[in-house]
Amino acid sequence: MGARIVGGYATSHVPAIGVAMDTGKTEEDYWKPVFKGYEFSRKWIEDLKPDVAIVVYNDHATAFSLEIIPTFALGCAAQYIPADEGWGARPVPVVEGHPDLAWHMAQSIILDEFDLTIVNEMEVDHGLTVPLSLAFGQPEAWPCPVIPLAVNVVQYPPPTGNRCLNLGKAIRKAVESFDEDLRVVIFGTGGMSHQLQAERAGLINADFDNAFLDKLIADPKAAAAISHVEYLREAGSEGIELVMWLVMRGALGDDVTLRHRHYHVPASNTAVGHLVLEPVE
Amino acid sequence: MSSDYTDIPGTYVFDARQSRKGYHLNMFCMSLRQAANRAAFKAHEGLYLDRFPMTAEQKDAVLNRDWNGMLSLGGNIYYTSKLAATDGINFQQLAAIMTGMEQEAYRNMMLKGGRSIEGNRSKGEWTAVGTKTVGTKTGETKNGG
Repeated sequence: MGARIVGGYATSHVPAIGVAMDTGKTEEDYWKPVFKGYEFSRKWIEDLKPDVAIVVYNDHATAFSLEIIPTFALGCAAQYIPADEGWGARPVPVVEGHPDLAWHMAQSIILDEFDLTIVNEMEVDHGLTVPLSLAFGQPEAWPCPVIPLAVNVVQYPPPTGNRCLNLGKAIRKAVESFDEDLRVVIFGTGGMSHQLQAERAGLINADFDNAFLDKLIADPKAAAAISHVEYLREAGSEGIELVMWLVMRGALGDDVTLRHRHYHVPASNTAVGHLVLEPVE
Repeated sequence: MSSDYTDIPGTYVFDARQSRKGYHLNMFCMSLRQAANRAAFKAHEGLYLDRFPMTAEQKDAVLNRDWNGMLSLGGNIYYTSKLAATDGINFQQLAAIMTGMEQEAYRNMMLKGGRSIEGNRSKGEWTAVGTKTVGTKTGETKNGG
């Protein structure tokens, strides 16, 4: 048996969540309800024991600046160092890559007509490390290698939701054509509704978020049809990160089993959403 | 309601126009990712800013910590937040400053479900009420699933 996608994990990647974990604040009243919603999935992923995690996330002016702005950048390196984002690096393990599968994915996906950028050296920021902390806690070393897929959602326009959904389908094809027997979990991160900037900062839209979760689970094509202006207006200027959840969803196939769903407001400026999905074989 | 994102109130979409305008301002902020640069900037802000071909207006906005001014001059929040981090200001504190709210009031707004989308979709809704700071009423938090 070759490689296959065995699970999908969607979560917000709020930097303050990482800070709360790094500074031992998870039991405080403010944070308790956030982390309570991750207890199920901590156990789920521990039992699942994935061999590789593909993490779809965005870089926040860390590895990429305005010098070069790749829309989709796939990490093919052996190792990624957690970055200093302006307040010192997070005290988390170095992220080990999986160059064999990553390079195979790059070749398969590019020939599938998605023009990926291939990255051999890259620091990773909270967008990638906060989801790993939520999923795996605070181990000495991350329990599996990670393949980062960085999506531009900072410079307008990000890729469309539909493009992201279809990239997810190409990822599934790529993984399934890899010979080695690997069980792969895919993370979609970012969101949910939030706006960090200017006079409208603090915007939260729970109705939009929950409708998005419903669609993402049962009708991903409808979720993929949400326009950029609708994300910007309804989910806040930074809520447009949700397109990245569609990459994860596309990789799971048409039908999924919902294993876990969690929604909480707030974590700092942001609505926290979390899903655990399994593909239906 | 316009389908154009320029109609969203209190929001700067970081599009081509903003990105071109703010390139050097943002690259200055980017430089603050390095601890040595943060120290050099803190030692003499004006001198450090002269390393970057920014406009006088952009430099003033930085020196005055005019956070919304920086955004209007092409700054992007993920870049300007590095200047905030240099000042020891986190994302929530920065958000409160940009909305003109007291820290405590902003934090409470978030705890009560955040800024409601109602009344905050279109510039028309803000001008109709005649103030920019409208819409701080909080939304209902719904815990789905």
